Amino acid sequence: MNAISIAVLLPLAGFLLSSLFSLTKFIGHHESGKEKLVGFLSTSMIAIPFGLFATLFASFSGETQTATLYEWFAAGTLSIKISYQLDSLSLLMAMIVTGVGSLIHLYSIGYMHGDEGFARFFAYLNLFIFAMLNLILADNMVLMFLGWEGVGLCSYLLIGFWYDRKFEGVGITTTTDAANKAFIMNRMGDFAMLAAMFLIFQKISALDYPTILSQKELFDSTHLFWICVLIFMGCTGKSAQIPLYTWLPDAMAGPTPVSALIHAATMVTSGIYLIARLSPLFVMSPDAMNVIAIVGIATAFIAATIGLAQNDIKKVLAYSTVSQLGYMFLALGVGAFGSAIFHVTTHAFFKACLFLGSGSVIHALHEEQDIRKMGGLAKAMPQTNATFLVASLALAGFPLTAGFFSKDDILAKTFESGNYGLWGIGLATAFLTAFYTMRLYTLTFLGEARYDSDKHPHESPALMTLPLWILGALSLIGGIIGLPAVIQEQNGIQSFLSTSIASVQAHHLEHATEWILIAVSSLVAILGLAVSFSIYSKAKAQGEPEGILAVLSRKYYIDELYDALIAKPFQAVSTRLLAPMDNRVLEGLVNGIGSAMVGLGSVLKQWQTGVAQNYALVITIGLILLVGYIALT
Amino acid sequence: MHIELNHYLWLSAFMFTVGVIGVLVRRNAIVIFMCIELMLNAVNLSFVAFSHFLSDIQGQMMVFFVMTVAAAEAAVGLAIVISLFRNRQTVNIDEINLLKG
Repeated sequence: MNAISIAVLLPLAGFLLSSLFSLTKFIGHHESGKEKLVGFLSTSMIAIPFGLFATLFASFSGETQTATLYEWFAAGTLSIKISYQLDSLSLLMAMIVTGVGSLIHLYSIGYMHGDEGFARFFAYLNLFIFAMLNLILADNMVLMFLGWEGVGLCSYLLIGFWYDRKFEGVGITTTTDAANKAFIMNRMGDFAMLAAMFLIFQKISALDYPTILSQKELFDSTHLFWICVLIFMGCTGKSAQIPLYTWLPDAMAGPTPVSALIHAATMVTSGIYLIARLSPLFVMSPDAMNVIAIVGIATAFIAATIGLAQNDIKKVLAYSTVSQLGYMFLALGVGAFGSAIFHVTTHAFFKACLFLGSGSVIHALHEEQDIRKMGGLAKAMPQTNATFLVASLALAGFPLTAGFFSKDDILAKTFESGNYGLWGIGLATAFLTAFYTMRLYTLTFLGEARYDSDKHPHESPALMTLPLWILGALSLIGGIIGLPAVIQEQNGIQSFLSTSIASVQAHHLEHATEWILIAVSSLVAILGLAVSFSIYSKAKAQGEPEGILAVLSRKYYIDELYDALIAKPFQAVSTRLLAPMDNRVLEGLVNGIGSAMVGLGSVLKQWQTGVAQNYALVITIGLILLVGYIALT
Repeated sequence: MHIELNHYLWLSAFMFTVGVIGVLVRRNAIVIFMCIELMLNAVNLSFVAFSHFLSDIQGQMMVFFVMTVAAAEAAVGLAIVISLFRNRQTVNIDEINLLKG
C-alpha cells in the first residue's frame, strides 16, 4: 500500500463515514458541534491526499510511477487491473482536484450550516473526489470510465441535492429534473466514449494507456479519426461542449459549492484531461484535431454571447465556464495540450473563487440569485467583494493575473498554428468575456442597492472567506507557473508536462510578434472591462431585454429546440406507444402467466385433502403401477 | 393335499392385501391399526415359510425383529390414539384432519 493508493482510498473512507453519520440523523439546527465533526473529518479526508500529492510532487523525478492494487477482472487476453499511474499530468490534475476540493470542503462547512442533509452533502462530495481521483489516476480506460461514470453519478446526486425545491428551466420544474437532464446528456456522451473504447480494443486487444500509446501505429487513419472523434463526443458531454452543453447551466440547481467544485473546477475539465492523456493518439489525426478546435471555439463564442444577457448570477458563471472550456478545447485542437492544462489550472482557481464568492452573496441575500436585485454589496461584504473582483479580473484576462497568462498562451499558440480565423474569434470571445465579467461584477457589487430593504447582507464567516482569500490569491499569482517565452524562456508548466503529453513541434514566434499578441489581448481585455463598466455602473433597474438581447437571454432558444426536436417526440413515443405496449402487452403477458398458475393451483389444491388415507391410497396405486410396470417389462 | 411354499405365499399375499385395503378404506383409527398389524404378520408368515422351505434360520430371526418393532409400534400408536380421543372425543380419522391447509 503506497501513498498513491492511500490518497485514492481516503476519500472513499470519508464517504463511508459521512454516510454513516447521515444515517443517524443526529444533525439538527443546534448541533453545530457535530456538524463540525463531520465537516472537518471529510475535509481532512481530502486535505491529507492533497498533502500526499504535494509530497510526491516535491520528490517527483518525472518518471511514471504505477501502483497496482489487484486485478479487477480478466477475460481472454484482456486483463483489467485496479491500477493507478502517477505522471506529471495526473499529478498536476490530482493536486488541483484535492487542493481546490479541500478548500471547497472547508467553505461548505460554513455554507451548508444548518442544512438537514449536512452529512449527506459531505458524503457525496467525498465520493465525488474518490471518483475523480480514479478518473485521473487510472492507468487503463476501463478504470477511467468507472471514475467517469462515478463523477457523473455524484454530479447527478448533488444537482438534485435539494430535491424538493423548484427550479426554472425549459422543460424543467424541479431540481430533480435538472439532475436528470445532466445525467441523460452525459449518458449520450458516454455512449460515444464506450464506442471509442470498443474500437480501440478491436484493434489492439488492450485498454491500458501504455499499450494504447505504444501501439498507436496499428490504427489506420479512418479508424483513428473515428476513435478520436468518438472520444471527443464523450468529452462534449462531460465537459459541456456543443452540442451537449445545455445541461451545465441547469446544473446550477445544486448547492453553490457543488457548482464551484464539480461544474467549474474539476469534473468538467475531465474531458480536457482525457484528450491530453491520449494526446499522442490525437496528433496523428489532424482531421479530428480540426473538429475539436472548431467545436471548441464555436462553444467559446456562443456561450460567451449567451453569458452577456443572463441575469442569474450562477448562470452567467455557468455560461462563462462553458465558454472557458471551449477555449481549452481550442487549445487541444491546435495541439497546445500543455496550454489547455495550464488554463484548466488557472480556471480552477478563479472560477472556484467566483462561484464561492457568488455563494457568499447568495447566502447573504437569502437565496437571491438575480443580479438585477443586487448591487451595492461592496460595502456590506468587503472580503467577498475584493476576492470576487480579483477572480473577475483573472477571468477577464486583465494583464498579469493568472487567467491572462493562460488565455494569452492559448491565443498565442492558436496564432502560432496559423489558424488566424480561430485566433480572431478567440480574441472577440476574450472581449465578450471581459464584458460580461465586468457586467456581473458591477451589477452585483457596485451601484446602489436594489435588493429588498428588509434584507441586511453581512459578510460571511471566516470559514467561508478563508478559501476565498486563498483562491483569490492563486487567481492573482497563479500565472507564474506558465510565464510566456518572452519573460521566461523555459515555460514552467509546459516543461513539467512534457514527459506525459505529446508536444507538437511548431515554429516559435518571434519575440516581437509575441509582445504584440500580448499587447493586443491586454488591450482587448481592458477595453471590454472599460466599455462594460461605463454602461453598467450607471444602470438602473433593467426592464425586459429586447431585440438581440432577448434572443441571447433565451439562449438562442437552443433548449426549446432540443425540447421540441428530441425530448418532446421521445416523450410522445414513450407515452403513446411504449406505455400502452408496457401496460397491455407486457403486463398482460406477465399477468397472464401469473393467473394461469393461480388457476392451475386451484385445481391441484383439491388433491390436498389433509386425509392421510387418501395419500396412502395414491401411494399404493403408484406402487402397484410401478411394480406392474417392472413385472411386465 | 401336500402343503407347499406357494400356498403359504398366497395366504400371506391375501392377508397383506386385506391389511392394505383395511388401512385405505376404514375410518376407525383402531381398526386401521389392527390392519397394519395384519400386514406385518402377513410378512412374518412369508418370512417363516421361506425360512422353513429354504432351511435358512435368517428368516425366523427377522421375524423376531419385526415382532419387536410391531410391539413398540403398538405401544406408541395406541398412546397416540388415546391422546387423540381425549382431545377430540373421536377416533374417526375423517374428523382428524389437522394436516389439511
